[in-house]
Amino acid sequence: MRIAVLTDIHANREAFEAVLADVAAHGVDRIALLGDIVGYGPDPGWCCDQATALVAGGAICVRGNHDNAAAGAAEAMSTLARKALDWTRDRLGDGHVDFLASLPLTAEAEGVLFVHASASHPEDWSYVTSDTKAIPSFRATTARLILCGHVHVPLLASCDLGGMVREQAFRSSLPIPLLPSRRWLAVVGSVGQPRDGVAQAGWALVDTARAELTFRRTPYDVQTTAAKVRAAGLPEDLAVRLLQGK
Amino acid sequence: MQLRPHEGLQIDGFTLGEKLHTGGFATIWAVTHPDHDLPMVMKVPTILDGYDGPTIVGFEVEQMIMPRLSGPHVPKVIATGGFDVMPYIVTEMIDGGSFLPVFQKAPLPLSDVIEIAARMVAAVADLHRQHVIHLDLKPENFLQRKTGEMVMVDFGLSRHDQLPDLLAEEFTIPMGTYPYIAPEQYLRCRDDPRSDLFALGAMLYALATGRNPWGTPETLRGVRKRLWRDPEPPRAIRPEVPEWLQEIILRALSVDPMRRYQTAAQMAFDLSHPQQVALTARAHKVRRDGWLQVFDRWRVMRKIRRFTAPVSVAAQLASVPIIVVAVDLSPQGERLAEVLLRAVKRMLTIEPDARIACVNVIKTARIGLDQGTDDQGNNLHVVRLVQLKAWAGGIDLPDHRLTYTVLEGPDPGQAIIDYATANGVDHIMMGARGHSTTRRYLGSVSAQVVAEAHCSVTVIRLREGGAAEPAAPPLVEAVPA
Ligand SMILES: Nc1ncnc2c1ncn2[C@@H]1O[C@H](COP(=O)(O)OP(=O)(O)O)[C@@H](O)[C@H]1O
Ligand SMILES: [Mg+2]
Repeated sequence: MRIAVLTDIHANREAFEAVLADVAAHGVDRIALLGDIVGYGPDPGWCCDQATALVAGGAICVRGNHDNAAAGAAEAMSTLARKALDWTRDRLGDGHVDFLASLPLTAEAEGVLFVHASASHPEDWSYVTSDTKAIPSFRATTARLILCGHVHVPLLASCDLGGMVREQAFRSSLPIPLLPSRRWLAVVGSVGQPRDGVAQAGWALVDTARAELTFRRTPYDVQTTAAKVRAAGLPEDLAVRLLQGK
Repeated sequence: MQLRPHEGLQIDGFTLGEKLHTGGFATIWAVTHPDHDLPMVMKVPTILDGYDGPTIVGFEVEQMIMPRLSGPHVPKVIATGGFDVMPYIVTEMIDGGSFLPVFQKAPLPLSDVIEIAARMVAAVADLHRQHVIHLDLKPENFLQRKTGEMVMVDFGLSRHDQLPDLLAEEFTIPMGTYPYIAPEQYLRCRDDPRSDLFALGAMLYALATGRNPWGTPETLRGVRKRLWRDPEPPRAIRPEVPEWLQEIILRALSVDPMRRYQTAAQMAFDLSHPQQVALTARAHKVRRDGWLQVFDRWRVMRKIRRFTAPVSVAAQLASVPIIVVAVDLSPQGERLAEVLLRAVKRMLTIEPDARIACVNVIKTARIGLDQGTDDQGNNLHVVRLVQLKAWAGGIDLPDHRLTYTVLEGPDPGQAIIDYATANGVDHIMMGARGHSTTRRYLGSVSAQVVAEAHCSVTVIRLREGGAAEPAAPPLVEAVPA
């Protein structure tokens, strides 16, 4: 099965649309959304509607910390995120809030665990930013592959037969063989707010039959999204971040 | 791991037969399978009780890389088995045996040295084109097909530059085999295809002289010496080694990868064009460097941490392309040859490190003997060579990057294509005859080359009836598959 994995869309309609078109061009069997559909970006309502439609069509979708906060939960957040969240809440309808609140924290299919942040205590939203930080996730599940987001910078780690967890360097667009002798964790880069210096939407393609994972980038119309951020009166830093991809 | 291999063991439909080889980290078994009607071998890692990290990672690397390789120079993979029951790789059996016994007979007759070298270098060039650096080239890891092709085995230390490097941080893993390991590999670089060229140089040295260039070091300290100590020149050991062969061997053994051959294809090119190898001081060297010189090198090298590695294997191969220029030397082709020369010069501004191989084809009749002389009784071959050199006189390149070859054949297009294929050429530049009528009746050589060559082809054409020359460079009409 070929699964397109999208995470941290963050109300960026242009990026979301561009990735969905790219996904359609690649041809996949299923889509998985790893949370943070809203927050930061100027199109929370549209992105929620799109996610709802995808879920109705069979997509997997788990809840992120921004979704949780938008649905009313008290979450610790940076000032920037807080400002954007207050703006977001005013623009979501009851249907949107209900959808976000209904999302599970984790999902599992085809031996793959889908989660927004760490697989260990997902509700704590801890960041998987290194191999050491990936260790608790490997301990928390027996899944062969853990897919998460939250960091906005892609990362790949493996846990070998001896339990040693190592980060693995990789290159975008090239299929990475997920050796069956190891378990794997991939932090998928962000669709709507990449932070690794590349102002293109990040996502990943998983092929469970071939046991391969490919990190992908899709260019999108960043200028339009940044202009919308400014027009909406959202903090300027959020526009700059999109333009620079960091 | 639950199973250990033994004769008669059945696993996933394979039945183990005779044990063919016991190595330090693996055993090799003859196997059969009802669905696979060919001789096969199974390699099974010998995993020590408890957790044997290094052996496991090495075998994971081999399981990851081998199925991604193809072509005559690697064994075809039939199946792999997981670590849950018993890890293995089943490949076709290569029945010609390894080169270890051949090396044990060294020094070999020079014609054998050259012939074996050419086949080894061709195999490595093929591997590099598939993005893989072997990093453990040695006689035992070269096998031979009945048809003559060299086959490389043992990819447990290899690096596929488009896949994660599972060995990147495995510091307990041996880094290669001491007599053949390149200086940068000693410094733990795993990204440089030129490391394999160094190992080839060490093997050529051994074939030609019967000795390893730095003996058989037992310790890493012993390996380190090659960073500053030069080996005995092959001609000092065996005076009949030709200077050009010494040049090739010592160039491949340069400490700094930048001073070696930059690609296996370049090394193969020199091995097949001995008269055109540009001889440097290396070729004439008769003894090792003096202690003062070695001492100076030691002062620099003992502090060195790394040599600059290329961005990627593909980038390294692309940075030093071999470009064949097919020149029509007939009077009717004169104008076109001029324009082609200008296009070549422009190409060199884009590809400053390219090697230019100028070729001209003497068309021979399909049947019967050809007179190798022209009407005036001159040797046609020599005449063409002189013309070719005159044509290329305006190309400003050092000798070793500019060569001239006169080919013969009934079908000029095919001769050019065969030459390009045999020499791992990256790009062909040639002219196209302008008149559509002659082209229709005589057939177009350039069209044939564009259609059938395995590399990029640039075709230069005179603008019909006009003075202006084409808006090249480069009009690439065919892209490698
Ligand atoms: N496909 C093959 N066909 C025939 N013989 C093979 C094949 N693969 C390996 N061998 C034999 O086994 C030896 C060791 O194989 P290799 O893969 O190098 O294992 P090791 O890691 O133990 O060195 C080779 O030198 C060769 O003699
Ligand atoms: Mg071996």
